[in-house]
Amino acid sequence: MIDLSEFHDVFFEECFEGLDIMESGLLNLDGNGADSEQINDIFRAAHSIKGAAATFGFDAMSGFSHIMETLLDEMRDGRRAVERRGLDLLLESVDCLREMVNSTKAGDTTPPPVVADLTGRIQQMLAAGPGAVAAAPAKSATAEPEQDGAPAEEVVAAESAEKSADSVAGSRNLWRIMFVPFEGLLKTGNEPARIFRELAQLGILEVKADTSCIPALDVIDPEVCYLSWNLTLGGDMTRGQIEDVFDWVTGQCELSIDLISGELPTQKAAASLSVVESVEPPVAATDQPAPAAAAVAAPASVKEESTVSEQTESSKNQTNAEPAAEAADGRAAASTAAAKDNGSIRVGIDKVDALINMVGELVITQSMLSQIGEDLSRVDSIGLERLRDGLIQLERNTRELQETVLQIRMLPISFAFNRFPRLVRDLSNKLGKRIELKLTGEQTEVDKTVLEKLGDPLVHLVRNSMDHGLESPEVRRASGKSEVGVLELSARHEGGDIVIEVIDDGAGLNRERILQKAVSKGLVSANDDLSDERIYNLIFQPGFSTAEVVSDVSGRGVGMDVVRRNIRDLGGNVTITSEAGQGSRVTIRLPLTLAILDGQLVRVGEQVYIILLVSIVESIQITAANMGQIAGRSELYRLREQYIPVVRLSELFGVPHAVTDLQAGLLVVVESEGRRVGLFVDDLMGQQQVVIKSLETNFRHVGGISGATILGDGTVALILDVAGILNECARAQESKDREFPRLAVA
Amino acid sequence: MSSILAVDDSSSMRQMVAFTLKSGGHEVMLANDGMEALEIARTNDFNLVITDVNMPRMDGISLVKELRQLPGYKFKPILILTTEASQEKKMQGKEAGATGWIVKPFDPEQLLATLDKVLD
Repeated sequence: MIDLSEFHDVFFEECFEGLDIMESGLLNLDGNGADSEQINDIFRAAHSIKGAAATFGFDAMSGFSHIMETLLDEMRDGRRAVERRGLDLLLESVDCLREMVNSTKAGDTTPPPVVADLTGRIQQMLAAGPGAVAAAPAKSATAEPEQDGAPAEEVVAAESAEKSADSVAGSRNLWRIMFVPFEGLLKTGNEPARIFRELAQLGILEVKADTSCIPALDVIDPEVCYLSWNLTLGGDMTRGQIEDVFDWVTGQCELSIDLISGELPTQKAAASLSVVESVEPPVAATDQPAPAAAAVAAPASVKEESTVSEQTESSKNQTNAEPAAEAADGRAAASTAAAKDNGSIRVGIDKVDALINMVGELVITQSMLSQIGEDLSRVDSIGLERLRDGLIQLERNTRELQETVLQIRMLPISFAFNRFPRLVRDLSNKLGKRIELKLTGEQTEVDKTVLEKLGDPLVHLVRNSMDHGLESPEVRRASGKSEVGVLELSARHEGGDIVIEVIDDGAGLNRERILQKAVSKGLVSANDDLSDERIYNLIFQPGFSTAEVVSDVSGRGVGMDVVRRNIRDLGGNVTITSEAGQGSRVTIRLPLTLAILDGQLVRVGEQVYIILLVSIVESIQITAANMGQIAGRSELYRLREQYIPVVRLSELFGVPHAVTDLQAGLLVVVESEGRRVGLFVDDLMGQQQVVIKSLETNFRHVGGISGATILGDGTVALILDVAGILNECARAQESKDREFPRLAVA
Repeated sequence: MSSILAVDDSSSMRQMVAFTLKSGGHEVMLANDGMEALEIARTNDFNLVITDVNMPRMDGISLVKELRQLPGYKFKPILILTTEASQEKKMQGKEAGATGWIVKPFDPEQLLATLDKVLD
């Protein structure tokens, strides 16, 4: 038994891809009207799901996708208008099918109750929908009848003959089969010998070839079949079994199958097709022990003819969308090419991670080698030139390999953006607002992990904009704006970061209301002189919500802080700017990748720490005049017009033998989420790429440390958790601020 | 053992067909659509081709037509494996020169048995 269950996962993944194609296709149709290539894509996706689901025995899924396909088929053939109602129904069905895939994946194949409802509604639409041309409604609603073109009585006759043959199963029948291939039969790869072999498996077969049509040798075309055959088959087979053998050549030959003997009840003779009678009548089987019934048979007396008509004139209605498809050809080729760019590889993320780890090790080896090279060059500079060259090459190769491998994890952000056309469409209907969604920079590539974790925060932000930011058409008209609000999702690379923005042209944030709320929550004091930016960003504080009415669309004040936490977890930050009446702009900044980062090595006493380069603003030598100390022992440094707290790493981590004289060391100014702090270190060392190894998994969580990495000389260095240190610092600052509020600094 | 070219745009289908055929001791090459299949068929020799109908770029029926134009595929068995069961589509397939028609869902054992009949 061949077990196909190992392909379930591939199938489910494919289902989700197909469903996404269907969904975005349907949404496109909704906006842009009928596009045959688009409908074809949607149809194909439904069709693939149906076929594979049936093969796996997921009958509910294949049944449901079949009925969706039927509706799509009518749209594809132009038998049904592509209009809102049908698209809505199909979109609902896509959701339902997705639910079915999910539950099937979880091991539950019972269809959800909504399936029956949707099936009913689609069937209703199929039976009586507007736009459905009368020509073929009944046909498309049910499975296509197999014997489409055959005259009705003949089908009946053939069937009843078959039944009677079945009823005498076990007894012997003798069939005469006239098989006259058309000239092109061989060109379909059908080999008469194959057919005869199969027939011989059913019973006793006698084959007589009619060679009378073979022309003279000089005019013979070797590719044409000139032979015809007269077969006699004896045994307890039914007509159906014989027809099955000839199934593939139906329409490419003249075929008549007659029961010449057998214990049949008398029956009306059915219409017979012309049979080429140029051969001698059949003779009963010879040397084999002849079947009893056959021996009794007198050919003429009980001659029973029911012939299966062949639909040789089959080229009747080819109502396929070929011309339309051809017209759209160029565009189709372009779009599939584009789709191919990101659709070709599927790698298990664990394998990729392992690979990236290996490359990380390679990077370490490389930096170790360069160090050796440097040490040795002091001894003998000439002989080691080549070693140095080799190392340079190794470095270049390592870089390239690393970049290539990291690319495997990169996916276009469209994977995260794709859900929004649907979401915005549904939500704007619900809210009674008119909103146009603009997507830009969809091809911007993002690390897969980042991409996956980005989805929920983005949904939050979009919902927030739609619910609180963008106004209803009436309000917009009243304030002189276009009735249609614009919501833009954009993505771009900026330096080593990815910048994603959610921009709306709605009412903007209400500065006063936020401030009021913040004061009432005790987040800020009423006397604080806060910049607009600072106030707007208060909405990311836990428990902050200014919506007067809590709707089921955006959350209950748990939204924005969750957004910020998620983004921070990814090593990024989120800020908001806004202008009253003009709209607001939420900016998310994320690191390009989480796997390998550039780090600055710093020395404190005998310890080496690493500060990720992305968080360093600058490193400065301390001028004594700019140092300040405030009560409560908190040290401050005046950096241009700003005071920043100073954190001595030696004190934070209890490192002995460190420099204590501020002027003898260096101040590394780091930034996170708009706040700055100066880290006091003994000295700066080199820069190096670091592969972050988690401390939690190898040891345990340590405050102020985000992980560890291995240096070129093989020693372990700890990576500073800048955000953590800043938070700690802010907390300490706050408690001091409470004691000495006059001295608080921004 | 025969070498077979299997064409389907659905990757799960492709993998299942490949798995089934390999279980039957055949050598399998895969193509994502008709266009790709045609390219592969031009430079490789197969004992049999089995193809889906509904595919992007080039569908199965056009593929059969194209293959029949190639000298090496004039008389080769070319089977169509599809969910399309309509008589009309079947006739289109036959006119294009398809050897036979297998309707999905396929049963692995039956598929192998059918292929064995066609392959000498």
